[in-house]
Amino acid sequence: MATKVHMEALSPTMEEGQIVKWLKSEGDQVSNGDVLAEIETDKATMELVARGEGILRKVLVEEGGTAPVGDVIAVIGDEDEDISDLVGGDAADDESGAEEEAAEPDDEGAEDEEADVAEAEDEEDEEAEEDEEAEADEEAEPAPKKKEAEAPAAAEDGERIKASPLARRLAQEEGLELASLEGSGPGGRIVKRDVEKAVEEGVPAEAEAPEVPTFEPDAEEDYEDIPLSQMRKAIAKRLVQSIGPIPHFFLTVDVDMTRMVEARAQVNARLESEGVKISFNDIILKATAMALKKHPECNAHWGGDHVRRFNRVHLGVAVAIEDGLITPVIRDAHRKGLAHIAQEVREMAGRARDKQLKPEEYTGATFSVSNLGMFGIEEFTAVINPPEAGILAVGGMEERPVAVDGELELQTRMKITMSCDHRVIDGAQGSRFLQTLTAILEEPLVALT
Amino acid sequence: MPEITYREALNQALAEEMERDDSVFLLGEEVAEYDGAYKVSKGLLDQFGPQRVVDTPISELGFAGLGVGAAMTGLRPIVEFMTFNFSILALDQVINSAAKMYYMSGGQISLPMVFRGPTGAALQLSAQHSQACETWYVHAPGIKLVTPGTPADAKGLLKASIRDDDPVAFMEGELLYNLKGEVPDPEDGDFVIPLGKAEVKREGADVSIITHGKMVNLAMQVAGKLEKEDVDVEVLDLRTLRPLDVEAILATVRKTNRAVYLEEGWPYVGIGSQIVTTIQEEAFDYLDAPVLRVTQADVPMPYAKNLEKLAKPDADRVVAACNRVLYRD
Amino acid sequence: MPETETKKKAKDEEKANGDANGQGKEGSGEGLERFDREQLHHFMREMLLYRRFEEKAEEAYAIGKIGGFCHLHIGQEAVALGFIGPLRDEDYVITAYRDHTQALAKGLEPGPVMAELFGRDGGVSRGKGGSMHIFGVEQRFMGGHGIVGAQVPLAAGMGWSIKYREEDHVCVCFLGDAAVNQGAFHEAMNMSAVWELPVIYVVENNEYGMGTAIERVSAVPIVERGEGYGVPTHTVNGQDIIETWSFVEDLVQEVRDGAGPQYVEARTYRFKGHSMSDPVSGTYRSKDEVEEKKEKEDPITVLRERLFEAELMSQDELEALDEEVRKVADEAVEFAEDSPFPSDEELYTHVYAELNEHGRLFLDGRDR
Repeated sequence: MATKVHMEALSPTMEEGQIVKWLKSEGDQVSNGDVLAEIETDKATMELVARGEGILRKVLVEEGGTAPVGDVIAVIGDEDEDISDLVGGDAADDESGAEEEAAEPDDEGAEDEEADVAEAEDEEDEEAEEDEEAEADEEAEPAPKKKEAEAPAAAEDGERIKASPLARRLAQEEGLELASLEGSGPGGRIVKRDVEKAVEEGVPAEAEAPEVPTFEPDAEEDYEDIPLSQMRKAIAKRLVQSIGPIPHFFLTVDVDMTRMVEARAQVNARLESEGVKISFNDIILKATAMALKKHPECNAHWGGDHVRRFNRVHLGVAVAIEDGLITPVIRDAHRKGLAHIAQEVREMAGRARDKQLKPEEYTGATFSVSNLGMFGIEEFTAVINPPEAGILAVGGMEERPVAVDGELELQTRMKITMSCDHRVIDGAQGSRFLQTLTAILEEPLVALT
Repeated sequence: MPEITYREALNQALAEEMERDDSVFLLGEEVAEYDGAYKVSKGLLDQFGPQRVVDTPISELGFAGLGVGAAMTGLRPIVEFMTFNFSILALDQVINSAAKMYYMSGGQISLPMVFRGPTGAALQLSAQHSQACETWYVHAPGIKLVTPGTPADAKGLLKASIRDDDPVAFMEGELLYNLKGEVPDPEDGDFVIPLGKAEVKREGADVSIITHGKMVNLAMQVAGKLEKEDVDVEVLDLRTLRPLDVEAILATVRKTNRAVYLEEGWPYVGIGSQIVTTIQEEAFDYLDAPVLRVTQADVPMPYAKNLEKLAKPDADRVVAACNRVLYRD
Repeated sequence: MPETETKKKAKDEEKANGDANGQGKEGSGEGLERFDREQLHHFMREMLLYRRFEEKAEEAYAIGKIGGFCHLHIGQEAVALGFIGPLRDEDYVITAYRDHTQALAKGLEPGPVMAELFGRDGGVSRGKGGSMHIFGVEQRFMGGHGIVGAQVPLAAGMGWSIKYREEDHVCVCFLGDAAVNQGAFHEAMNMSAVWELPVIYVVENNEYGMGTAIERVSAVPIVERGEGYGVPTHTVNGQDIIETWSFVEDLVQEVRDGAGPQYVEARTYRFKGHSMSDPVSGTYRSKDEVEEKKEKEDPITVLRERLFEAELMSQDELEALDEEVRKVADEAVEFAEDSPFPSDEELYTHVYAELNEHGRLFLDGRDR
């Protein structure tokens, strides 16, 4: 039996992939698990392995070519097997459709679970409704390419938003949040014409929402889901409508790094023999993790109908790479020592530049840090990486005269701007977090011990 | 193309098939000397003789079973029920014998036969003579069900049904027999319409009326009415209810995103129930509104003219249903 | 010797007078001399085979190898043999659900019949029919049918086909005594008479419709229930193979010659319960009654006594025959055991003979 080689989803958000290199050629013997090709996804270069035995009979997409996830890109078969119907267009398409469908139940399972967790304290009937929807989705054809990232939208009064299946699909395709639309159908049902109207009139597009990677914590994860209060829901809805899918606001602190500069020099001198060098960024990461541990309200995700606060800190570190940006995640950063963090960041940044990160290494952050100090940027604002609720934008350090007790004093100063998702974090909460962070950075003993 | 009546189209199909295959014969009440209760078999007795055009006693169960026995032994009977209302007496032979014989004999005995006659309501015939019998037949795997709504379909589909190797219930419309329409001239060759192929009777973009049998004509009326209000209705005539052209149903729903099922029968577990199920299972994401059904009222057919009118599906109800799925009400 | 009563209701005087075969037959006049020794031994062998086959089925049912309803023909073997034995290969036989031995009598192999009871792929109906639906189209055994009386119009249809094709075949249709209370029976009798169809309707009167004595549900004797249609009616002792065979052989010839439909009451008795899940005796009939019938009216014993008395068979010959058929029955069970269960794919085969090019025939959504 011939086996079709499909373009597989090698990252959670991948919709198509580019063949960087075929590691097997037509006519080569292939065993289950052999690496067939290197595929460049939207995030990294990944290996595509064989899921069948035999001869690589036909390569359908050449190196440099791209194919959507699910498409047949090669055929493995016996030497003399007739594969003519597999390399033709129709049969392959049908199969890929089936493949996608077959892949669905896993996604569904995850979504079901999430719905259950999310609604544990909700009305029972609402939960039943959700389950029904999940089941109906499973039957849908053609299979949606990707599950809706947002949890089922909820209206202000906590009722499920009524929308026709078509309207749901169109809104998702257009990147519109259902909550932002007015329904004109019976009982306020959002129908096709409402979505079309919104597209025409240009309702704020949910720029990144469809791309939001879902992060499903594993069983070991330690977190608490906080149901939304009526006020929180109202804030969420109003703010989205006013400035876009994520209502950002920004808080800036100016930190005195003078003592930290000295402390770092001492630490690095001590670590020199071990071949480890601590950067300021490593210190900032460590300090951020410590501060987040104290302020879990900032170490949180927006879940559509709930806010999820994490007790563990997984820090996303923005790394510039040749043609973009990727954020490797330092897991449990609050538990790791400086040297450990330093090594891990360097190792992962290296692999990120080579596009060798695995999907699990760049997803699941609870908070992120972006540092453009090395580019001479004094201060800037960073865009939140949903579903996270906050990100720090770290500027460069410079010596500046500062008035201290009525006298000018030269200090090494650094500006940090925190972008906050107002649905999750309020001004005072963000400020208290930054106070803690500042205190840690200005008192090196705390950070470095 | 010549215009002939639905009745003449059926008559042509019978005559042509009996001419083509001498294992085909017609039996039923009044089909021979009387020329058929609705004159569908007019002239056939003269043409084919009493062995092949057979008047039966009024024994629906008996002659339906006799037909099954004849089909079991290699003939191709066409069993005419004066109306399908009377075939309820014969349902044991249809469901327990005809539908299951091929299966329970492990493929040894197939049943190439047709049960035909009018289904549905005519005018003021009241409860026992006015009912749509599709559900009873289509419910059982092993049976095929054909419901032509036009003269051309009547001819092409009856010929295909007679040639089919399975038992086919062929349900005509009592009020359609005088309906005229274009049917290809027999001189121009054999006109056969394959079973299982629905037909878009009218292209449209806004809403789909999916229907079968006699109701196709009501759907076309409604489409004309709504056109004046700038609503572009697509009419899909299923023609065959088993095999069911699911692809055609999904295609029209994907196109218009709104559907109304129109049928003569009762709503409860009617044909529309299956169609709605199929749509929600396979075209859920294309729906902009729930699929609605327009059916007979869920009561036996009354005699009084005003009540009968109230009980039947009519243009106003179909228009209202279209408006609801279009969110125009 | 039991008496055979024959009645005939002529359609009209003229016809009765003009048809030499139309008069009632005196079946009791026939005796052993009609058959040669080989034929008589064949009768014994066949009835013993039916008996041993059914006993094996009973055994297999008891240990769960056969499921569902299983109706045994034990005690009624002479009816199966007597009505089917004299037929030609081209003649049709159709019956109700007590159908195993009739199938064997019409020439179906014991192995595939047993395999059908076992629900195996090697069964005559591929394991899809079971005990009640034994079919052998090649042998013109047109099935066991599960709805009481429903096979009667089908038999009329077969008679219709024979007549339509102007053949000289006949169709033998078995029905139980209780089936004469079904409308289908009466509709078919009428049509058969009107169209003079070559069908012999055999009512196996085993005295009980399941657990109801026939006198309790029929005001007149069974033979009279066939009257009123213009169909000749007869009664035969279905426990005596010599009498039954002789009678049927003559009757079949008359029908071939154009005598039209016949109605025969074959008096017999069921030694077992209605089905394997019903009691042999109890509230509806006494154990003593069953024991007495088994002692005096067992068709195998009746034949044995006649053959022994006429010294046409020895005890040794009887035992040898029995040994031979026991082996056949054992082999049938082995065949069934060795046959695989139908594969999962068989679920959807044989629902339709013609899979149309367009549309879906199966609406369960499982093919998606």
